[in-house]
Amino acid sequence: MTIAEPLQVIAQDGSTAGFQVDLSNDALLHCYRTMLLVRAFDDVCLKLQRSGRIGFSIPNKGVEACQVGAASALEKTDWIFPSYRDFGMALYHGVKPVEMMHNMFGNDRDSARGRQMPVHFSFVQPIHFVSISSPIGTHIPQAVGAAYAMKLRGEKQVCLASFGDGGTSSLGFHSGLNFAAVWKAPVVFLCQNNGYAISCPSEEQTASESYAVKAKAYGMPGVIVDGNDLLAMRKVVKEACDRARAGGGPTLVEAKTFRMGGHSTSDDPTRYVPKELVESWAKKDPVARFERFLASRKLWTPEKGALLAEDCTREITAAVGEAEATPAPVLESIFSDVYATLPPHLRRQGQAAFDLAARVGDAAAGGGKFPL
Amino acid sequence: MPTLTLVQAVNDALKTAMRRDPTVIHFGEDVGPKGGVFLASDGLTKEFGKARNFDTPLSEDGIIGTAIGMAMNGLKPVAEIQFQDFIFPAFDQIVSEAAKLRYRSGGQYTAPMVIRTPYGGGIRGGLYHSQSGEAYFCHTPGLKVVVPSTPEDAKGLLLASIEDPDPVLFLEPKALYRQVKGEVPEGFYTTPLSTLRTVRTGKDVTVFCYGAMVPVCSKAAEQAAEKGIDCLIVDLRTLLPLDEEGVLEAARQTGRVVIVHEAPRFCGFGAEISAMIAENIIEYMEAPVARVTGFDTPFPNTLEHHYMPDARRVLDAIEHVAKF
Ligand SMILES: Cc1ncc(C[n+]2csc(CCOP(=O)(O)OP(=O)(O)O)c2C)c(N)n1
Repeated sequence: MTIAEPLQVIAQDGSTAGFQVDLSNDALLHCYRTMLLVRAFDDVCLKLQRSGRIGFSIPNKGVEACQVGAASALEKTDWIFPSYRDFGMALYHGVKPVEMMHNMFGNDRDSARGRQMPVHFSFVQPIHFVSISSPIGTHIPQAVGAAYAMKLRGEKQVCLASFGDGGTSSLGFHSGLNFAAVWKAPVVFLCQNNGYAISCPSEEQTASESYAVKAKAYGMPGVIVDGNDLLAMRKVVKEACDRARAGGGPTLVEAKTFRMGGHSTSDDPTRYVPKELVESWAKKDPVARFERFLASRKLWTPEKGALLAEDCTREITAAVGEAEATPAPVLESIFSDVYATLPPHLRRQGQAAFDLAARVGDAAAGGGKFPL
Repeated sequence: MPTLTLVQAVNDALKTAMRRDPTVIHFGEDVGPKGGVFLASDGLTKEFGKARNFDTPLSEDGIIGTAIGMAMNGLKPVAEIQFQDFIFPAFDQIVSEAAKLRYRSGGQYTAPMVIRTPYGGGIRGGLYHSQSGEAYFCHTPGLKVVVPSTPEDAKGLLLASIEDPDPVLFLEPKALYRQVKGEVPEGFYTTPLSTLRTVRTGKDVTVFCYGAMVPVCSKAAEQAAEKGIDCLIVDLRTLLPLDEEGVLEAARQTGRVVIVHEAPRFCGFGAEISAMIAENIIEYMEAPVARVTGFDTPFPNTLEHHYMPDARRVLDAIEHVAKF
C-alpha cells in the first residue's frame, strides 16, 4: 500500500478549492478562539514555569489545529482518552481554563487534588476527558473497552484515543488496535505524529513508511491527514466517527504535525532538532493558516485577531489569579480516594501523620524540580 | 580525585566500562543525542558511536527483551529505563525471563546485564515519576537489586554490576543526582555487591536505609546526637542478595532499630529486615523495630514532602526506640 499525500483541505494560502465547509461562522470562530486560548494557556504556563510558580508544563505550539479539528468532530456524549498534550480538546468542549489551571497549580480545587503532575487533567463534564496517566499507551486499550461498553448498550457514541508517534511502539497500541478491530469497536485512534517522541525522531521509532500503514495489518482503515489543517482534521476524524457509530469499527488516523517547542518545559530541543526543520514548520503554522482561511470568508482581520488573542490572554490570566489564590490540598487528600472507603491501616497512618505534625511541626516543602 | 555529582559518577562509570570492554553497550529512550533526560549518558554517542549508545523506540518491553538476547549472545548490555515508574511494560521480561534464564536452562543460558533506572521522589514528579518499586523486584529470585547513595558508590557499584554474571537492577536515587557531590576515583574500580556501608558509627540506635534516604537519616542522626542519642547508620546499598549477617550484626550492636524507605510500608523492604531480626536476634532487642516509610497510598504531587520520610519523622522514630 502506498500512502498518498496527507489529506489537506485548507491550502497554505487559506483557500479551500470548493470544499463544503460544514460549520457555521460562529462554529468556525469558536474553533479559532479555542486555538488562541490554547496558545495563551501555553504562553502563560511557560512563563509561570520559568518564574517557578508552577513546576512543569507541556508546550502545545504547532499542534493546536490537530487537537481542535479532531475535537470538533466529537459530540459531547463521546469520550476522549487524551494524551498530556491535548489541552485544545478539553478547551474546545468547554472545560474552563481555570479548571485546568487548578491542576497546573496542584491546588485543592484540582479534580485530582494535587496528586498528579501538571497537565495530567481529568474531567467528566462537559465531556468525558479521561484522567491522564503518564505511562505511554496504557489508555489505548482502555478506550477500546469503554467503546465496547458503548456498543453493547447500543449507544451511538465513540471513543477517541489520542497518542503520539512514540505511543505506537507501546504494548497498549498493539493490543488496543488488535482488540478494537476484532470487536469492531467504535474507536478512533488518533496518532499525532509531531515528529519526535521527546528526542527520538520518527525514523528511529518505526521503519514503516508511515504510522497509518500499520492499520492495514490490524484490519482497519488508516488515513494520513495534514495535522496543521483544522478542517482536514475535522473531516477525517468525523468520517471515522460516522463509520464507528454506524458499526463499521475503528480507524487509525495519523496527523502529520510538528511540536514547535520542547517536549516539556525541562527539555532543550536544540540538542536534537535541526534548526532548519523548525524553520520549515514555522512556515506552516496552523493558526496563521486558519486565519488566512477565515479572512477569505471575511471573518478575520489582523485587528480582530489581536483583540481575540488579548481576550484569551485576559481569560487565562484571570484563571491564574484564581488558581494561585486557591489553597494547597490538605493532608487528608493523601489518604482519600485510594479506596472507596478508607481502610483502617490508612486511617492509622493518616492519624499518625496529623499527630506528628501537631507534636513536632509540619513537613517542609523541598526544593525538588522536575527535570524532564 | 575529581569531585562529581551522583549523575556524573554514573556517566563516568559508563564511559569507564565502555572504554575497557568493547562488548558493553548502552541504550534506552532519549539516551542518544539528548544524553538521557538526566544527562547520565551525556557524550556517550560522541565517544562510542551510535552502535554502542543509542535511542530505542518507546518500548520498555522491547528494551529489556532485546537486552536479554544481547546478554545471551556475548554483549554486555546496560539498558536505561527512563523512570522506574515506566519499567512495568518490561516486568514480564525482567521477572519471567532475565531472572529465571540461568535456572531454567541449568546455566546453559544466562543474562548478564544491567538495567539502570532513576527511582524515588523529591522532584515534584507526582504519581508516575516518583515511585520506589524495589520491593517488587526484591521478590524476584535470580535478580540482583542495587541502590547507591554516594557518587563514589554509584560508580563502583555500577562497574561491579556490569562485571556481574547475573542480571542487576540498578536503582539510581534521582533526588540525589545533583544534590550530592563527592570525590570519585578515576578509572576502573569496583565496589563489591552485597556489602553494607557504615555511614556513621553509634552505640544507641541502628538506622538502616538506602538511596535518597541516606542523607535524610544522616541529618536525623545529627539532630539525635544533639539530644544525646548516638546513631549507627547503615547504607544497605545492595538489597538483593542482602548481606544478612552484616545487617544482624549492626542490629545487635545497639538492640534498637529504625528502618527507613520511601516506598510504601506494607510488604516493603523494611518488613524483610524486621522479620530477619525477629527470627534471628530477638533476644538482643531492647525495643520493637520501628519503620519510617512512604504511606500506603500512591505518591502525591503537591504534598510529596508529607509523603516522603523526612528528618523530622526519622528523628521521631529514633527517639521512640531510644526511649523505649
Ligand atoms: C511507558 C513510558 N515510557 C517512557 C515514558 C517517558 N516519556 C514521556 S513522554 C515520552 C515521549 C512520548 O512521545 P510521543 O508518544 O510521540 O508523544 P508526544 O510527546 O510527542 O506528543 C516518553 C518517552 C513514559 N511516559 N511512559
